[in-house]
Amino acid sequence: MSEATPKLKVGMYWAASCGGCDISLLEIGPRLIDLIQVADVVFWPCAADFKYQHVADYPDGHIDVCFYNGSIRTSEQEELARLLRKKAKCLVAYGSCAGDGGIPALANLKDTKGIFDASYHNNPSIDNPDGVEPQHIVETEFGQLEIPVFYDQVIRLKDVVQVDYEIPGCPPQADQVWKVIGLVASGAVPLRNAALRVGCDDKSICDECHREKRNTRITAFHRPHEIIPDPDHCLLEQGVVCLGPATRSGCGGLCTKAGLPCRGCYGPAGKVVDMGTAMISAIGSLIDTEDEEVARKLVAQIADPTGTFYRFSLGSSHLKARK
Amino acid sequence: MAQPQASRETAASPAWEPRIIAFLCYWCSYTGADNAGIARLKYPANADIIRLNCSGRIDPQLVTAAFSRGADGVMVCGCHPGCCHYISGNFKTMVRMPLLQRVLEDLGIEKERFVHEWVSASEAEKFSKLVAQTVENVRALGPLNWPGMLHDRGVGHGQDRKPWGE
Repeated sequence: MSEATPKLKVGMYWAASCGGCDISLLEIGPRLIDLIQVADVVFWPCAADFKYQHVADYPDGHIDVCFYNGSIRTSEQEELARLLRKKAKCLVAYGSCAGDGGIPALANLKDTKGIFDASYHNNPSIDNPDGVEPQHIVETEFGQLEIPVFYDQVIRLKDVVQVDYEIPGCPPQADQVWKVIGLVASGAVPLRNAALRVGCDDKSICDECHREKRNTRITAFHRPHEIIPDPDHCLLEQGVVCLGPATRSGCGGLCTKAGLPCRGCYGPAGKVVDMGTAMISAIGSLIDTEDEEVARKLVAQIADPTGTFYRFSLGSSHLKARK
Repeated sequence: MAQPQASRETAASPAWEPRIIAFLCYWCSYTGADNAGIARLKYPANADIIRLNCSGRIDPQLVTAAFSRGADGVMVCGCHPGCCHYISGNFKTMVRMPLLQRVLEDLGIEKERFVHEWVSASEAEKFSKLVAQTVENVRALGPLNWPGMLHDRGVGHGQDRKPWGE
């Protein structure tokens, strides 16, 4: 990049997330130095001391690329999403949480009352005899205190604002992130405003998994800690619930390489909308029984099907939450 | 965002009628429904029938999609095990539907709202009774109104939220 070209202004924000996405940006390693050659960080609460006011003071469209990780649980996160949308030319949903709801969206299996009950009341490690719960607005002797509103449901970034790109993954893999940064830095960015998925492929994880399908049928389901699987044989065929068939590729099949089943962090593959039911469909084709009772007993062995099949994608599923 | 309002229909209003989506396989259950018509069996008109080639072709996604778009109940019917026109299609249904049932129950959808039953071509009477029973059960449970529920919780682009990219 020539000296006359102004540096890219990059921002990163964390919402309802674990912080792993922020770390994953550092995972690009020595290439970080290359990144700094072409880009300036103008907002990154995890790594640098920027205040929200600094962002609010930027002119509109000041940030070239803003990575937004984490899903939206509180009004603060929505406010920042709207602010960053205004200040950023290109808003990227970074990671599973921002794109598909991720792990935080599993909280949608409980309502607010259930969550507060577990967090502030009925929990062995909680000492809260007065039953105090956080309030949006509290009057104190020093004046009124306000904390963000806790929403009834975890939502995705694209439920709130227009998203230009999505990079899936929990967290997105360094090579894929670097590829996207390269695309943005070179100015070769494709179609915008379409929540276009980048940093992944459209096929399923099975496509990049090294394990071999032997057309064996499932006769029993095991949780990962219960068996030592054959290192070359398809995990699903060995009875370990692996989300490979329903998950989009892009990670390189990291988990299955390590002997663990795919957990589905890259989100639904191809034209799949609802990942959990796609997985139910896949399992249906892999069980070989002609007896209804045997089938019923077999699927009853799967522990927590909802949490397993929708581990990272409940926010993007058809039903999205418990009634 | 404004606080979600309790605007969702909680009690059945007089105008409300259960909306049931019935996915039927072509070779047995749809023919069974057809025969129910030919035999002039009376059953409620609340079931919207969607014909598919085989119950094994009924992707569980279709069921969740139906609920998410406002169905109050969903029926999945196919040939009896062992009688599949495609030999093994309904063996897959036989595994998928109980698993789907577990997921739906986790999501708070009552098991009466999701009916999975085998109906052969000659079981017109069974089909008409099944529809009547399902409609009755769903009517007792009241509206599901999934889109309304999500809207009230601020998902999507309801009136409380400004449009995208404003």
